Amino acid sequence: MKTNRDKKEYWASFVQRWSGVALALFLPFHFMVLSLILQGEQVLDGFLYWAEAPLIKLAEGGLVGLLAVHLLGGLRLLIIEFFAWKEWQGYLIAIAVTGAAAAGCLFLLRAF
Amino acid sequence: MSNRVEFKLWLAHRISGMALGFFVMVHLAGMIIAIQGGLSSSEILQRTSGNYAWGLFYSLFTIAAAVHSSIGLRTVAREVLGWKGVSANVVLSSFFLGLCFVGLSAVGGLVL
Repeated sequence: MKTNRDKKEYWASFVQRWSGVALALFLPFHFMVLSLILQGEQVLDGFLYWAEAPLIKLAEGGLVGLLAVHLLGGLRLLIIEFFAWKEWQGYLIAIAVTGAAAAGCLFLLRAF
Repeated sequence: MSNRVEFKLWLAHRISGMALGFFVMVHLAGMIIAIQGGLSSSEILQRTSGNYAWGLFYSLFTIAAAVHSSIGLRTVAREVLGWKGVSANVVLSSFFLGLCFVGLSAVGGLVL
């Protein structure tokens, strides 16, 4: 017997939930970095110089991917909740995964 | 909390999610365009300083993100950790207010 965990919808909602938690926990740090501008341009530049390191850029690419997957997964949820079910909606998970990977890769291609 | 309040929080999560759908698409495109060649404070300020439309966009984005992330974290705290009641509401309300304060300060620093 198949359990609920075997279904791709389970994994879609798993990714939606935990990408949201990761983004929510990242948000305070993101805002704190941006607010460094209040201490002067050189203070923010100090952080931006540090953020040029390849590992940080890779992590930023991952964050862009997480943001894109949460965005596309959220749009999928809204479509399912507000419109009658149609067969094509089954492809929305694949669209969300592909779109997120594409956004992350595009960011990295431009960052390096 | 009463069912009425829970429904209002669910609705606020969905409405902020819809607004974020638009904000995040613009933000993702902006990040992917701006990241090429690295970032500096002067380059960021060149785009943002005195740009009140940009300031309004990011102020609304900040508030929507604070609403969406706080309610989302509250749901996860209830469903995964079983953490609910006054203490969870106080912590997540503080999280919301902190995000609004730091985020809007950063927007002010970049625009004004």
